[in-house]
Amino acid sequence: MTAVVVCVGNRLRGDDAVGLEVARHLRGTLPAGVGITEREGEPTTLIDAWDGADALWVVDAVSSGSEAGTVHRLEAGEQPLPQGPFRASTHHVSLAETVELARVLGRLPAQTVVYGIEGGSFAIGEPLTPAVAAAAVAVADAIREEVATGAG
Amino acid sequence: MSTPKTKTIRTDALARVEGEGAMYVRIAGREVEEVKLNIYEPPRFFEAFLRGRGFTEVPDITARICGICPVAYQMSSVTAMEMACGIEVDGQLRALRRLLYCGEWIESHALHVFMLHAPDFLGYPSAIELARDAPDVVASALEMKKIGNELMTVVGGREVHPINVKVGGWYRAPRKGELAPLVPKLERAREIALEAVRITSGFDFPDYEQDYELVALDHPGEYPIDRGRVVSNRGLDIPVTEYDDHFVEEHVEWSNALHSRIIERGSYLCGPLARFALAADRLSPIARDAAREAGLEPSERNPFKSIVVRSVELVYAADEALRIIAEYEEPDAPAVEVEPRAGVGYGCTEAPRGILYHRYEIDAEGSILDAKIVPPTSQNQRTIEEDLRGVVERSLDMPDEELTIRCEQTIRNYDPCISCATHFLTLDVERR
Repeated sequence: MTAVVVCVGNRLRGDDAVGLEVARHLRGTLPAGVGITEREGEPTTLIDAWDGADALWVVDAVSSGSEAGTVHRLEAGEQPLPQGPFRASTHHVSLAETVELARVLGRLPAQTVVYGIEGGSFAIGEPLTPAVAAAAVAVADAIREEVATGAG
Repeated sequence: MSTPKTKTIRTDALARVEGEGAMYVRIAGREVEEVKLNIYEPPRFFEAFLRGRGFTEVPDITARICGICPVAYQMSSVTAMEMACGIEVDGQLRALRRLLYCGEWIESHALHVFMLHAPDFLGYPSAIELARDAPDVVASALEMKKIGNELMTVVGGREVHPINVKVGGWYRAPRKGELAPLVPKLERAREIALEAVRITSGFDFPDYEQDYELVALDHPGEYPIDRGRVVSNRGLDIPVTEYDDHFVEEHVEWSNALHSRIIERGSYLCGPLARFALAADRLSPIARDAAREAGLEPSERNPFKSIVVRSVELVYAADEALRIIAEYEEPDAPAVEVEPRAGVGYGCTEAPRGILYHRYEIDAEGSILDAKIVPPTSQNQRTIEEDLRGVVERSLDMPDEELTIRCEQTIRNYDPCISCATHFLTLDVERR
Protein backbone atom coordinates (compact mmCIF):
# COMPACT_ATOMS: atom_id res chain seq x y z
CA MET A 1 0.00 0.00 0.00
CA THR A 2 1.34 3.42 -0.89
CA ALA A 3 0.61 6.43 1.25
CA VAL A 4 1.31 10.10 0.73
CA VAL A 5 0.91 13.25 2.79
CA VAL A 6 0.27 16.34 0.66
CA CYS A 7 0.78 19.64 2.44
CA VAL A 8 -0.62 22.77 0.83
CA GLY A 9 0.30 26.37 1.54
CA ASN A 10 1.89 29.65 0.60
CA ARG A 11 4.84 30.62 2.75
CA LEU A 12 4.34 34.34 2.24
CA ARG A 13 0.72 34.45 3.33
CA GLY A 14 0.67 34.19 7.11
CA ASP A 15 -1.33 31.20 8.34
CA ASP A 16 -1.75 29.93 4.79
CA ALA A 17 1.72 28.43 5.35
CA VAL A 18 0.46 26.05 8.03
CA GLY A 19 0.34 23.07 5.67
CA LEU A 20 4.03 23.55 4.92
CA GLU A 21 4.72 23.79 8.64
CA VAL A 22 3.05 20.41 9.15
CA ALA A 23 5.32 19.01 6.42
CA ARG A 24 8.33 20.36 8.29
CA HIS A 25 7.25 18.62 11.50
CA LEU A 26 6.64 15.36 9.65
CA ARG A 27 9.90 15.19 7.75
CA GLY A 28 12.12 12.35 8.91
CA THR A 29 9.45 10.97 11.24
CA LEU A 30 7.30 8.89 8.89
CA PRO A 31 7.95 5.27 7.87
CA ALA A 32 10.04 4.81 4.73
CA GLY A 33 7.86 4.84 1.65
CA VAL A 34 5.36 7.37 2.95
CA GLY A 35 5.86 10.44 0.80
CA ILE A 36 5.59 14.02 2.01
CA THR A 37 4.85 16.51 -0.75
CA GLU A 38 4.55 20.27 -0.49
CA ARG A 39 2.24 22.00 -2.94
CA GLU A 40 0.90 25.47 -3.51
CA GLY A 41 -2.61 24.34 -4.35
CA GLU A 42 -2.44 24.25 -8.14
CA PRO A 43 -4.92 21.52 -9.11
CA THR A 44 -2.96 19.44 -11.62
CA THR A 45 0.11 19.21 -9.43
CA LEU A 46 -2.08 18.27 -6.48
CA ILE A 47 -3.76 15.46 -8.38
CA ASP A 48 -0.40 14.28 -9.68
CA ALA A 49 0.95 14.31 -6.14
CA TRP A 50 -1.58 11.76 -4.93
CA ASP A 51 -2.44 9.91 -8.15
CA GLY A 52 -1.92 6.16 -7.71
CA ALA A 53 -1.63 6.26 -3.92
CA ASP A 54 -3.88 4.08 -1.79
CA ALA A 55 -3.98 6.36 1.21
CA LEU A 56 -3.80 10.13 1.26
CA TRP A 57 -3.62 12.82 3.89
CA VAL A 58 -4.01 16.43 2.72
CA VAL A 59 -3.31 19.40 4.96
CA ASP A 60 -4.37 22.96 4.15
CA ALA A 61 -5.37 26.14 5.87
CA VAL A 62 -9.07 26.94 5.96
CA SER A 63 -11.23 29.90 6.77
CA SER A 64 -14.66 28.86 8.01
CA GLY A 65 -15.20 31.33 10.81
CA SER A 66 -13.98 29.07 13.60
CA GLU A 67 -11.36 30.11 16.10
CA ALA A 68 -7.81 30.26 14.73
CA GLY A 69 -6.05 26.95 15.24
CA THR A 70 -9.24 24.87 15.15
CA VAL A 71 -8.53 21.57 13.42
CA HIS A 72 -11.13 20.15 11.03
CA ARG A 73 -10.67 16.49 10.10
CA LEU A 74 -12.68 15.21 7.17
CA GLU A 75 -12.74 11.76 5.63
CA ALA A 76 -13.13 12.49 1.95
CA GLY A 77 -12.66 9.01 0.50
CA GLU A 78 -16.35 8.27 0.44
CA GLN A 79 -18.10 11.58 0.80
CA PRO A 80 -17.66 14.96 -0.83
CA LEU A 81 -15.76 17.70 0.94
CA PRO A 82 -17.81 20.71 1.98
CA GLN A 83 -16.82 23.42 -0.51
CA GLY A 84 -17.17 26.29 1.92
CA PRO A 85 -14.18 26.25 4.25
CA PHE A 86 -11.68 25.15 1.62
CA ARG A 87 -12.51 28.00 -0.71
CA ALA A 88 -10.51 30.28 1.46
CA SER A 89 -6.99 30.06 0.28
CA THR A 90 -4.70 32.00 -1.96
CA HIS A 91 -5.09 29.22 -4.49
CA HIS A 92 -7.09 29.22 -7.68
CA VAL A 93 -9.24 26.12 -7.98
CA SER A 94 -10.03 25.30 -4.39
CA LEU A 95 -8.76 22.19 -2.64
CA ALA A 96 -12.33 20.94 -2.27
CA GLU A 97 -12.95 21.35 -6.00
CA THR A 98 -9.68 19.61 -6.79
CA VAL A 99 -10.57 16.67 -4.54
CA GLU A 100 -13.99 16.36 -6.16
CA LEU A 101 -12.54 16.64 -9.64
CA ALA A 102 -10.05 13.89 -8.83
CA ARG A 103 -12.88 11.75 -7.50
CA VAL A 104 -14.91 12.15 -10.71
CA LEU A 105 -11.87 11.29 -12.80
CA GLY A 106 -11.12 8.23 -10.69
CA ARG A 107 -7.91 9.73 -9.37
CA LEU A 108 -8.67 10.13 -5.68
CA PRO A 109 -7.20 7.54 -3.29
CA ALA A 110 -9.87 5.36 -1.66
CA GLN A 111 -8.64 6.43 1.74
CA THR A 112 -8.45 10.21 1.83
CA VAL A 113 -8.29 12.33 4.95
CA VAL A 114 -8.27 16.11 4.73
CA TYR A 115 -7.01 18.18 7.62
CA GLY A 116 -8.07 21.81 7.54
CA ILE A 117 -6.45 24.12 10.04
CA GLU A 118 -8.35 27.30 10.71
CA GLY A 119 -6.19 30.31 9.90
CA GLY A 120 -6.31 33.54 11.88
CA SER A 121 -4.46 35.86 9.54
CA PHE A 122 -3.48 35.50 5.90
CA ALA A 123 -1.54 38.76 5.83
CA ILE A 124 1.42 38.98 3.53
CA GLY A 125 4.81 38.31 5.07
CA GLU A 126 3.46 37.56 8.53
CA PRO A 127 4.54 34.50 10.57
CA LEU A 128 2.07 31.84 11.73
CA THR A 129 -0.13 32.98 14.57
CA PRO A 130 0.68 31.04 17.80
CA ALA A 131 -2.56 29.04 17.90
CA VAL A 132 -2.05 27.95 14.30
CA ALA A 133 1.59 27.02 14.92
CA ALA A 134 0.43 24.85 17.84
CA ALA A 135 -2.23 23.24 15.65
CA ALA A 136 0.47 22.34 13.12
CA VAL A 137 2.23 20.28 15.78
CA ALA A 138 -1.02 18.58 16.78
CA VAL A 139 -1.93 17.73 13.20
CA ALA A 140 1.55 16.36 12.49
CA ASP A 141 1.22 14.13 15.59
CA ALA A 142 -2.21 12.95 14.49
CA ILE A 143 -1.07 12.11 10.96
CA ARG A 144 1.98 10.28 12.32
CA GLU A 145 -0.29 8.12 14.44
CA GLU A 146 -2.80 7.50 11.66
CA VAL A 147 -0.02 6.52 9.26
CA ALA A 148 1.40 4.13 11.88
CA THR A 149 -1.94 2.46 12.58
CA GLY A 150 -3.15 2.52 9.00
CA ALA A 151 -6.20 4.49 10.07
CA GLY A 152 -7.58 6.96 7.68
CA MET B 1 -47.52 53.89 -12.53
CA SER B 2 -46.99 50.71 -10.62
CA THR B 3 -44.14 50.40 -8.16
CA PRO B 4 -41.24 48.46 -9.61
CA LYS B 5 -40.89 44.96 -8.29
CA THR B 6 -38.37 44.59 -5.50
CA LYS B 7 -36.22 41.53 -5.58
CA THR B 8 -32.87 40.52 -4.25
CA ILE B 9 -30.75 37.62 -5.35
CA ARG B 10 -27.76 36.55 -3.36
CA THR B 11 -25.28 33.83 -4.06
CA ASP B 12 -22.69 32.84 -1.52
CA ALA B 13 -19.76 32.79 -3.79
CA LEU B 14 -18.75 33.25 -7.35
CA ALA B 15 -16.57 30.29 -8.05
CA ARG B 16 -14.13 29.85 -10.85
CA VAL B 17 -12.67 33.30 -10.64
CA GLU B 18 -9.10 33.34 -9.43
CA GLY B 19 -9.25 34.54 -5.88
CA GLU B 20 -11.88 36.57 -4.13
CA GLY B 21 -13.98 39.61 -4.59
CA ALA B 22 -17.57 40.73 -4.48
CA MET B 23 -19.96 41.96 -7.06
CA TYR B 24 -23.12 43.96 -6.59
CA VAL B 25 -25.74 44.82 -9.19
CA ARG B 26 -28.78 46.94 -8.38
CA ILE B 27 -31.67 47.00 -10.82
CA ALA B 28 -34.61 49.40 -10.39
CA GLY B 29 -37.44 48.47 -12.66
CA ARG B 30 -35.79 48.21 -16.05
CA GLU B 31 -32.83 50.38 -15.19
CA VAL B 32 -29.47 49.12 -14.03
CA GLU B 33 -28.70 51.62 -11.30
CA GLU B 34 -25.39 50.41 -10.04
CA VAL B 35 -22.68 47.88 -10.78
CA LYS B 36 -19.77 47.46 -8.41
CA LEU B 37 -16.95 44.97 -8.43
CA ASN B 38 -15.02 44.87 -5.21
CA ILE B 39 -11.57 43.43 -4.84
CA TYR B 40 -10.52 43.17 -1.24
CA GLU B 41 -6.79 43.06 -1.39
CA PRO B 42 -4.75 44.87 -3.98
CA PRO B 43 -1.07 44.30 -4.73
CA ARG B 44 -0.21 47.52 -2.99
CA PHE B 45 0.37 45.49 0.15
CA PHE B 46 3.07 43.75 -1.80
CA GLU B 47 4.40 47.11 -2.93
CA ALA B 48 4.91 48.06 0.71
CA PHE B 49 6.44 44.66 1.41
CA LEU B 50 9.00 45.24 -1.34
CA ARG B 51 10.31 48.55 -0.01
CA GLY B 52 13.68 48.12 1.64
CA ARG B 53 14.29 44.76 -0.02
CA GLY B 54 17.26 44.15 -2.31
CA PHE B 55 16.83 44.54 -6.06
CA THR B 56 17.70 40.89 -6.66
CA GLU B 57 14.79 39.73 -4.51
CA VAL B 58 12.00 40.96 -6.80
CA PRO B 59 11.50 37.86 -8.95
CA ASP B 60 11.05 35.60 -5.96
CA ILE B 61 8.86 37.95 -3.95
CA THR B 62 6.62 39.14 -6.76
CA ALA B 63 6.12 35.55 -8.01
CA ARG B 64 4.16 35.02 -4.79
CA ILE B 65 1.59 37.67 -5.59
CA CYS B 66 -0.28 35.32 -7.88
CA GLY B 67 -0.47 31.54 -7.98
CA ILE B 68 -1.60 31.61 -11.58
CA CYS B 69 0.76 34.06 -13.23
CA PRO B 70 4.02 34.05 -11.25
CA VAL B 71 6.05 34.18 -14.47
CA ALA B 72 4.35 37.40 -15.51
CA TYR B 73 5.29 38.97 -12.17
CA GLN B 74 8.83 37.69 -12.48
CA MET B 75 9.25 38.88 -16.06
CA SER B 76 7.84 42.36 -15.50
CA SER B 77 9.90 42.74 -12.33
CA VAL B 78 13.26 41.56 -13.69
CA THR B 79 12.82 43.59 -16.87
CA ALA B 80 12.17 46.68 -14.78
CA MET B 81 15.15 46.01 -12.50
CA GLU B 82 17.43 45.42 -15.46
CA MET B 83 16.39 48.75 -16.93
CA ALA B 84 17.06 50.43 -13.59
CA CYS B 85 20.53 48.89 -13.57
CA GLY B 86 21.18 49.82 -17.20
CA ILE B 87 21.32 46.40 -18.80
CA GLU B 88 19.17 44.47 -21.23
CA VAL B 89 18.84 40.71 -21.50
CA ASP B 90 18.72 39.45 -25.06
CA GLY B 91 19.60 36.52 -27.29
CA GLN B 92 19.04 33.02 -25.92
CA LEU B 93 18.55 34.31 -22.38
CA ARG B 94 15.57 36.29 -23.57
CA ALA B 95 14.34 33.42 -25.74
CA LEU B 96 14.30 31.25 -22.62
CA ARG B 97 12.18 33.85 -20.86
CA ARG B 98 9.68 33.77 -23.69
CA LEU B 99 9.75 29.97 -23.50
CA LEU B 100 9.00 30.04 -19.78
CA TYR B 101 6.21 32.51 -20.46
CA CYS B 102 4.72 30.08 -23.02
CA GLY B 103 4.57 27.53 -20.20
CA GLU B 104 2.61 29.95 -18.08
CA TRP B 105 0.21 30.80 -20.89
CA ILE B 106 -0.38 27.08 -21.43
CA GLU B 107 -0.98 26.46 -17.72
CA SER B 108 -3.20 29.46 -17.21
CA HIS B 109 -5.22 29.34 -20.43
CA ALA B 110 -5.76 25.56 -20.20
CA LEU B 111 -7.17 25.98 -16.72
CA HIS B 112 -9.39 28.87 -17.68
CA VAL B 113 -10.68 27.64 -21.01
CA PHE B 114 -11.58 24.11 -19.99
CA MET B 115 -12.16 24.19 -16.28
CA LEU B 116 -13.33 27.69 -15.46
CA HIS B 117 -15.05 29.18 -18.50
CA ALA B 118 -16.26 26.25 -20.64
CA PRO B 119 -18.72 25.07 -17.94
CA ASP B 120 -20.55 28.42 -18.34
CA PHE B 121 -21.12 27.83 -22.03
CA LEU B 122 -22.08 24.17 -21.61
CA GLY B 123 -24.49 24.76 -18.75
CA TYR B 124 -22.52 23.11 -15.97
CA PRO B 125 -22.06 24.66 -12.55
CA SER B 126 -18.38 23.66 -12.51
CA ALA B 127 -15.69 21.50 -14.08
CA ILE B 128 -16.63 18.71 -11.67
CA GLU B 129 -20.04 18.25 -13.30
CA LEU B 130 -18.49 18.73 -16.73
CA ALA B 131 -16.03 15.95 -15.89
CA ARG B 132 -18.90 13.59 -15.06
CA ASP B 133 -20.39 13.99 -18.54
CA ALA B 134 -17.21 14.62 -20.53
CA PRO B 135 -14.29 13.14 -18.63
CA ASP B 136 -12.14 13.13 -21.78
CA VAL B 137 -12.42 16.89 -22.14
CA VAL B 138 -11.37 17.56 -18.56
CA ALA B 139 -8.65 14.92 -18.75
CA SER B 140 -7.28 16.66 -21.87
CA ALA B 141 -7.28 19.93 -19.99
CA LEU B 142 -5.35 18.40 -17.13
CA GLU B 143 -2.96 16.78 -19.59
CA MET B 144 -2.34 20.10 -21.29
CA LYS B 145 -1.86 21.88 -18.02
CA LYS B 146 0.58 19.22 -16.95
CA ILE B 147 2.61 19.79 -20.12
CA GLY B 148 2.74 23.47 -19.19
CA ASN B 149 3.87 22.45 -15.72
CA GLU B 150 6.64 20.30 -17.20
CA LEU B 151 7.88 23.14 -19.38
CA MET B 152 7.89 25.37 -16.30
CA THR B 153 9.82 22.76 -14.35
CA VAL B 154 12.52 22.29 -17.00
CA VAL B 155 13.06 26.01 -17.64
CA GLY B 156 11.94 27.56 -14.39
CA GLY B 157 13.13 24.91 -11.98
CA ARG B 158 9.69 24.36 -10.48
CA GLU B 159 6.23 23.70 -11.84
CA VAL B 160 4.36 26.59 -10.30
CA HIS B 161 6.59 29.27 -8.82
CA PRO B 162 9.78 29.22 -10.87
CA ILE B 163 12.97 29.65 -8.88
CA ASN B 164 15.44 29.83 -11.74
CA VAL B 165 14.72 33.41 -12.84
CA LYS B 166 17.13 36.14 -11.71
CA VAL B 167 17.82 39.76 -12.51
CA GLY B 168 20.24 39.49 -15.46
CA GLY B 169 19.02 36.13 -16.74
CA TRP B 170 18.96 32.72 -15.08
CA TYR B 171 20.66 30.85 -12.29
CA ARG B 172 21.11 27.99 -14.70
CA ALA B 173 20.38 27.66 -18.42
CA PRO B 174 18.85 24.34 -19.53
CA ARG B 175 20.85 21.98 -21.72
CA LYS B 176 19.50 21.26 -25.18
CA GLY B 177 19.05 17.64 -24.11
CA GLU B 178 16.76 18.73 -21.31
CA LEU B 179 14.46 20.61 -23.67
CA ALA B 180 14.28 17.84 -26.31
CA PRO B 181 11.88 15.57 -24.36
CA LEU B 182 9.42 18.47 -24.24
CA VAL B 183 8.99 18.46 -28.03
CA PRO B 184 6.54 15.53 -28.39
CA LYS B 185 4.63 16.79 -25.36
CA LEU B 186 4.28 20.28 -26.79
CA GLU B 187 3.18 18.79 -30.09
CA ARG B 188 0.50 16.95 -28.16
CA ALA B 189 -0.44 20.18 -26.35
CA ARG B 190 -0.81 21.89 -29.72
CA GLU B 191 -3.18 19.13 -30.85
CA ILE B 192 -5.30 19.48 -27.73
CA ALA B 193 -5.33 23.24 -28.23
CA LEU B 194 -6.47 22.91 -31.84
CA GLU B 195 -9.31 20.74 -30.59
CA ALA B 196 -10.09 23.40 -27.98
CA VAL B 197 -10.40 25.99 -30.75
CA ARG B 198 -12.81 23.71 -32.61
CA ILE B 199 -14.88 23.03 -29.49
CA THR B 200 -15.06 26.58 -28.17
CA SER B 201 -15.79 28.17 -31.55
CA GLY B 202 -18.94 26.05 -31.67
CA PHE B 203 -20.33 27.44 -28.42
CA ASP B 204 -23.37 29.71 -28.34
CA PHE B 205 -22.22 33.23 -27.59
CA PRO B 206 -24.41 35.88 -26.00
CA ASP B 207 -25.08 38.66 -28.46
CA TYR B 208 -22.97 41.45 -27.03
CA GLU B 209 -20.28 43.75 -28.39
CA GLN B 210 -18.56 46.88 -27.19
CA ASP B 211 -16.36 49.41 -28.90
CA TYR B 212 -13.44 48.94 -26.53
CA GLU B 213 -10.12 50.71 -26.44
CA LEU B 214 -7.83 47.69 -26.69
CA VAL B 215 -4.36 47.86 -25.17
CA ALA B 216 -1.50 45.42 -25.72
CA LEU B 217 2.25 45.35 -26.14
CA ASP B 218 3.75 45.75 -29.57
CA HIS B 219 7.13 44.60 -30.81
CA PRO B 220 7.95 44.18 -34.50
CA GLY B 221 7.48 40.65 -35.76
CA GLU B 222 6.33 39.19 -32.44
CA TYR B 223 2.99 38.23 -30.99
CA PRO B 224 3.02 40.23 -27.74
CA ILE B 225 4.33 38.35 -24.72
CA ASP B 226 7.47 39.61 -23.09
CA ARG B 227 8.35 43.04 -24.47
CA GLY B 228 7.22 45.94 -26.57
CA ARG B 229 5.72 49.39 -26.64
CA VAL B 230 2.28 49.91 -25.15
CA VAL B 231 -0.19 50.49 -27.97
CA SER B 232 -3.93 50.71 -28.51
CA ASN B 233 -6.45 50.71 -31.34
CA ARG B 234 -7.04 54.41 -30.66
CA GLY B 235 -3.57 55.61 -31.38
CA LEU B 236 -1.77 55.13 -28.09
CA ASP B 237 1.85 54.18 -28.89
CA ILE B 238 4.29 54.78 -26.05
CA PRO B 239 7.39 53.25 -24.53
CA VAL B 240 6.80 51.57 -21.16
CA THR B 241 8.71 54.43 -19.51
CA GLU B 242 5.79 56.74 -20.32
CA TYR B 243 3.09 54.45 -18.90
CA ASP B 244 2.46 56.68 -15.90
CA ASP B 245 1.95 59.69 -18.18
CA HIS B 246 -1.00 58.02 -19.89
CA PHE B 247 -2.51 55.63 -17.35
CA VAL B 248 -3.78 56.54 -13.92
CA GLU B 249 -5.03 54.44 -11.06
CA GLU B 250 -7.95 55.71 -9.03
CA HIS B 251 -9.42 54.66 -5.77
CA VAL B 252 -13.14 53.88 -5.80
CA GLU B 253 -14.99 53.67 -2.51
CA TRP B 254 -16.39 50.15 -3.04
CA SER B 255 -13.09 48.42 -3.77
CA ASN B 256 -9.69 48.24 -2.16
CA ALA B 257 -8.15 47.72 -5.55
CA LEU B 258 -7.35 50.69 -7.71
CA HIS B 259 -9.15 51.17 -11.00
CA SER B 260 -7.00 52.03 -13.99
CA ARG B 261 -7.97 54.30 -16.82
CA ILE B 262 -6.32 55.98 -19.75
CA ILE B 263 -6.02 59.61 -18.70
CA GLU B 264 -7.26 61.02 -21.99
CA ARG B 265 -10.16 58.62 -22.52
CA GLY B 266 -11.18 56.27 -19.73
CA SER B 267 -11.65 52.53 -19.54
CA TYR B 268 -9.80 50.07 -21.70
CA LEU B 269 -9.40 46.36 -22.21
CA CYS B 270 -6.25 44.27 -22.16
CA GLY B 271 -5.74 40.53 -22.53
CA PRO B 272 -6.44 37.98 -25.27
CA LEU B 273 -9.08 39.94 -27.19
CA ALA B 274 -6.80 43.00 -27.29
CA ARG B 275 -3.70 41.05 -28.26
CA PHE B 276 -5.54 39.25 -31.03
CA ALA B 277 -7.09 42.47 -32.35
CA LEU B 278 -3.75 44.24 -32.48
CA ALA B 279 -1.38 41.42 -33.45
CA ALA B 280 -3.30 38.56 -35.07
CA ASP B 281 -1.03 38.86 -38.11
CA ARG B 282 1.95 37.94 -35.92
CA LEU B 283 0.58 34.59 -34.76
CA SER B 284 2.32 31.51 -36.11
CA PRO B 285 0.77 30.09 -39.30
CA ILE B 286 -0.83 27.16 -37.44
CA ALA B 287 -2.44 29.46 -34.86
CA ARG B 288 -3.49 31.91 -37.58
CA ASP B 289 -5.15 29.11 -39.55
CA ALA B 290 -6.93 27.88 -36.43
CA ALA B 291 -8.27 31.38 -35.82
CA ARG B 292 -9.46 31.66 -39.39
CA GLU B 293 -11.21 28.30 -39.27
CA ALA B 294 -12.87 29.38 -36.05
CA GLY B 295 -14.19 32.46 -37.81
CA LEU B 296 -12.25 34.85 -35.61
CA GLU B 297 -11.40 38.25 -37.03
CA PRO B 298 -9.18 40.93 -35.47
CA SER B 299 -12.31 43.09 -35.48
CA GLU B 300 -13.98 40.73 -32.97
CA ARG B 301 -15.44 42.74 -30.07
CA ASN B 302 -17.66 40.17 -28.38
CA PRO B 303 -15.93 39.60 -25.02
CA PHE B 304 -17.57 36.17 -24.67
CA LYS B 305 -15.45 35.04 -27.61
CA SER B 306 -12.33 35.58 -25.52
CA ILE B 307 -12.56 31.85 -24.78
CA VAL B 308 -11.92 31.14 -28.47
CA VAL B 309 -9.04 33.63 -28.56
CA ARG B 310 -7.55 31.99 -25.47
CA SER B 311 -7.74 28.66 -27.26
CA VAL B 312 -5.97 30.16 -30.28
CA GLU B 313 -3.34 31.54 -27.93
CA LEU B 314 -2.94 28.05 -26.48
CA VAL B 315 -2.13 26.82 -29.98
CA TYR B 316 0.30 29.69 -30.38
CA ALA B 317 2.00 29.17 -27.01
CA ALA B 318 2.64 25.50 -27.77
CA ASP B 319 3.81 26.35 -31.28
CA GLU B 320 6.03 29.21 -30.13
CA ALA B 321 7.57 27.01 -27.43
CA LEU B 322 8.39 24.44 -30.11
CA ARG B 323 9.98 27.13 -32.28
CA ILE B 324 12.13 28.44 -29.42
CA ILE B 325 13.27 24.93 -28.49
CA ALA B 326 14.13 24.16 -32.13
CA GLU B 327 16.24 27.30 -32.39
CA TYR B 328 17.78 27.07 -28.92
CA GLU B 329 21.55 27.28 -28.48
CA GLU B 330 23.02 26.92 -25.02
CA PRO B 331 24.27 30.34 -23.91
CA ASP B 332 27.87 30.85 -22.79
CA ALA B 333 26.70 32.14 -19.43
CA PRO B 334 23.27 31.80 -17.80
CA ALA B 335 23.15 35.48 -16.85
CA VAL B 336 24.81 38.83 -17.40
CA GLU B 337 26.44 40.61 -14.48
CA VAL B 338 24.21 43.23 -12.93
CA GLU B 339 25.55 45.98 -10.69
CA PRO B 340 22.99 48.14 -8.94
CA ARG B 341 22.89 51.87 -9.46
CA ALA B 342 20.48 54.52 -8.33
CA GLY B 343 17.65 54.76 -10.78
CA VAL B 344 14.15 53.91 -11.93
CA GLY B 345 13.18 50.95 -14.08
CA TYR B 346 9.98 50.01 -15.89
CA GLY B 347 8.73 46.61 -17.02
CA CYS B 348 5.59 45.54 -18.80
CA THR B 349 4.76 42.07 -20.09
CA GLU B 350 1.66 40.21 -21.23
CA ALA B 351 0.33 38.09 -18.39
CA PRO B 352 -2.20 35.56 -19.71
CA ARG B 353 -4.97 37.96 -18.71
CA GLY B 354 -3.37 41.21 -19.93
CA ILE B 355 -0.54 43.66 -19.45
CA LEU B 356 1.23 43.73 -16.10
CA TYR B 357 3.15 46.91 -15.34
CA HIS B 358 5.94 47.27 -12.76
CA ARG B 359 8.03 50.29 -11.81
CA TYR B 360 10.81 50.30 -9.26
CA GLU B 361 13.08 52.94 -7.85
CA ILE B 362 16.30 51.69 -6.28
CA ASP B 363 19.21 53.38 -4.56
CA ALA B 364 22.92 52.99 -5.41
CA GLU B 365 23.16 49.86 -3.25
CA GLY B 366 20.16 48.28 -4.98
CA SER B 367 17.73 48.71 -2.11
CA ILE B 368 14.14 49.22 -3.29
CA LEU B 369 12.88 52.71 -2.44
CA ASP B 370 9.55 52.52 -4.21
CA ALA B 371 7.53 49.93 -6.09
CA LYS B 372 4.42 50.19 -8.23
CA ILE B 373 2.56 47.19 -9.64
CA VAL B 374 -0.51 47.46 -11.85
CA PRO B 375 -2.01 44.01 -12.49
CA PRO B 376 -4.15 43.30 -15.54
CA THR B 377 -7.28 42.78 -13.48
CA SER B 378 -7.07 46.36 -12.14
CA GLN B 379 -6.68 47.54 -15.70
CA ASN B 380 -9.74 45.62 -16.84
CA GLN B 381 -11.88 46.29 -13.82
CA ARG B 382 -13.75 49.31 -15.20
CA THR B 383 -14.42 47.47 -18.42
CA ILE B 384 -15.70 44.44 -16.51
CA GLU B 385 -18.16 46.72 -14.70
CA GLU B 386 -19.23 48.37 -17.94
CA ASP B 387 -19.74 44.97 -19.56
CA LEU B 388 -21.77 43.80 -16.57
CA ARG B 389 -23.98 46.82 -16.87
CA GLY B 390 -24.41 46.26 -20.60
CA VAL B 391 -25.06 42.55 -20.25
CA VAL B 392 -27.59 43.05 -17.45
CA GLU B 393 -29.38 45.77 -19.45
CA ARG B 394 -29.80 43.33 -22.33
CA SER B 395 -30.88 40.47 -20.07
CA LEU B 396 -33.46 42.03 -17.77
CA ASP B 397 -36.10 39.50 -18.71
CA MET B 398 -33.94 36.57 -17.71
CA PRO B 399 -34.93 34.67 -14.58
CA ASP B 400 -32.72 35.75 -11.70
CA GLU B 401 -30.81 32.53 -11.50
CA GLU B 402 -29.94 32.66 -15.18
CA LEU B 403 -29.02 36.32 -14.92
CA THR B 404 -26.66 35.56 -12.07
CA ILE B 405 -24.96 32.87 -14.11
CA ARG B 406 -24.71 35.26 -17.06
CA CYS B 407 -23.02 37.84 -14.80
CA GLU B 408 -20.53 35.27 -13.62
CA GLN B 409 -19.83 34.24 -17.19
CA THR B 410 -19.29 37.90 -18.08
CA ILE B 411 -16.75 38.36 -15.30
CA ARG B 412 -14.95 35.21 -16.39
CA ASN B 413 -14.56 36.65 -19.90
CA TYR B 414 -11.68 38.55 -18.34
CA ASP B 415 -10.20 35.61 -16.43
CA PRO B 416 -9.81 38.07 -13.58
CA CYS B 417 -6.92 37.17 -11.41
CA ILE B 418 -8.32 38.50 -8.23
CA SER B 419 -5.97 36.32 -6.26
CA CYS B 420 -3.50 39.13 -6.62
CA ALA B 421 -5.96 39.51 -4.04
CA THR B 422 -8.48 37.49 -2.66
CA HIS B 423 -10.66 34.70 -1.34
CA PHE B 424 -14.36 34.92 -2.06
CA LEU B 425 -16.25 36.58 -4.81
CA THR B 426 -19.78 37.05 -3.60
CA LEU B 427 -22.37 38.18 -6.06
CA ASP B 428 -25.46 40.18 -5.18
CA VAL B 429 -28.11 41.14 -7.70
CA GLU B 430 -30.71 43.39 -6.17
CA ARG B 431 -33.90 44.31 -7.98
CA ARG B 432 -36.10 47.10 -6.75
